[in-house]
Amino acid sequence: MTAPILEGRELRVSYGGQPTLDIPQVEVREGEVLAVIGPNGAGKSTLLRVLGLLEAPAAGTVYYRGQPVLPSGREGLAIRRRFASVFQEPLLCDATVRANAGLGLWLRGTPAAEAAGGVQAWLERLGIAHLGDRQARTLSGGEAQRTSLARAFAVRPEVLLLDEPFSALDPPTRAELLTLLQALLRDEGCTTLFVTHDREEALRLGDRIAVVAEGGVAQIGPPGEVFGRPASAAVARFVGVETILPGRVLTDRDGLLTVQVEGAEIQAVGSLAVGTEVLACLRPEDLTLKRPWGENHKDSARNHLMGLVADVIPLGAQVRVELDCGVRLISLVTKQSAEEMEVRPGAVMGVTFKATAVHLIPR
Amino acid sequence: MGLIWQGLIEAVRLLLSGDPGVLAITWLSIKISGIATALSLVLGIPAGMALALTRFPGRGFLVAVVNTGMGLPPVVVGLFVSIFLWRSGPFGIWELLYTPIAIVIAQFVIAAPIVTGLTIAAMQQLNPRLRLQFIALGASRWQMLLLLMREARLPLLAAVMAGFGGVISEVGASMMVGGNLLGHTRVLTTATVLETGKGNFEVAIALSVILLALTFSVNYLLTWIQQRGRAS
Repeated sequence: MTAPILEGRELRVSYGGQPTLDIPQVEVREGEVLAVIGPNGAGKSTLLRVLGLLEAPAAGTVYYRGQPVLPSGREGLAIRRRFASVFQEPLLCDATVRANAGLGLWLRGTPAAEAAGGVQAWLERLGIAHLGDRQARTLSGGEAQRTSLARAFAVRPEVLLLDEPFSALDPPTRAELLTLLQALLRDEGCTTLFVTHDREEALRLGDRIAVVAEGGVAQIGPPGEVFGRPASAAVARFVGVETILPGRVLTDRDGLLTVQVEGAEIQAVGSLAVGTEVLACLRPEDLTLKRPWGENHKDSARNHLMGLVADVIPLGAQVRVELDCGVRLISLVTKQSAEEMEVRPGAVMGVTFKATAVHLIPR
Repeated sequence: MGLIWQGLIEAVRLLLSGDPGVLAITWLSIKISGIATALSLVLGIPAGMALALTRFPGRGFLVAVVNTGMGLPPVVVGLFVSIFLWRSGPFGIWELLYTPIAIVIAQFVIAAPIVTGLTIAAMQQLNPRLRLQFIALGASRWQMLLLLMREARLPLLAAVMAGFGGVISEVGASMMVGGNLLGHTRVLTTATVLETGKGNFEVAIALSVILLALTFSVNYLLTWIQQRGRAS
């Protein structure tokens, strides 16, 4: 197997005596988009800066194609020039859009005539060719970030480092740019380290997802694995699991486990020994609300519980319903079905979920 | 009022007739203050950038020293430069006192803290993340510094203007270290003082009009450069 394009081993970073990052091993593979997600302050951006040779770790080594490299010195600069970065703030120079987009090429000593063609092509691909002669300070947030992306792509980087590039944008602009970036990454196939705190962005762009929490990589793997089978309660919470119930495996019938959680027994699929202490994780979209005495009571779901609606929070097209069934369960239903079923605080509701929807994390 | 009026008429006459004495004094003033400002930029801009962009023990103290230096009274500078250049002083052997070089030295001491202090301010008003962005785009250390200077070019030009304005208009230090020797170290300000003392108000007014016009032209030029491209 070829060496990963970037690898960090035994990385440690601390600020003001506080350990910020402690990662035994992490790698970015050639051609992949590695999405790094995690809560604010978890160390995602620090990881990006260390792997991108923008900051020296207190301890540990960064390898570029198997060779150890330092951020400082000629070698560090030469390798850094194979990378390009886009940060949350566009951070443009006080110059025209065209001059900004060509800055990376200028720093690399690309002859002006050669650079001009490339810059123009990227301005066009990012939909800002008509703004080429505008002063960067007159741009809107979205236009500025497009310029920043053009500036990064124009150097044809081997590794693209994106640090929350869309966090400061309004939702429509963000959606537009996300779609554009997805297409560009697909066409260019450049290796990308994409830091975001947004799960949806990570799911859309990431070939692999790394969840960074409290300075460490809590889990890394394909999106399906990280989102479907979170390795810890912290990861589960971050990837959108809203119900996490402590419990114990009571019985095992050919892989169909009965788990005792506080106030209820639920069935789950897994291969854990009887008596194992577990955390049972449920994604809100996997819970189906039913009228308690409804007609279509029969379905394939193994788990049927009843409870009182504790809270109803409208989220646009969907409604988040908190149910008290002896255990607290969170469910997402469409606004329409919530209205049809007359879901409101104090109402009695049934809830069903499949045994396969329950993900068990051994404690 | 008659005095002022007469003075203005005489001033215009002196200016229009291209009086060689006045021209020589003007040219010497420009040369001395220009060289002193240029030297203060050579020291002040790198020093200001270093103080603004790095962290080291004693940095705060140095910044306070620079800020104090920005308000240094020219007579105090004149006094100390005189002592240093005095025949029996540490640099007396070079016999620089009462030469244009002595005035350049004194004016450099006045302008350097102004340029340094304003450079610190110019650098600190830039977004601190710009440095990381430039490095991340593949800038070497020198390229990064160059780009930061380019980003701060407007306030840096203000530093140039303040430095030049400070020295072209000071009189105390030039008088003390230059001696106001005709054709040798007499500059616009010292000449104005002398002519006023002699009661030659029309000449004094002419000299001050030239001084004002000179400062205005230099500042107008720099402002024009500064504001170019700001219009859009």
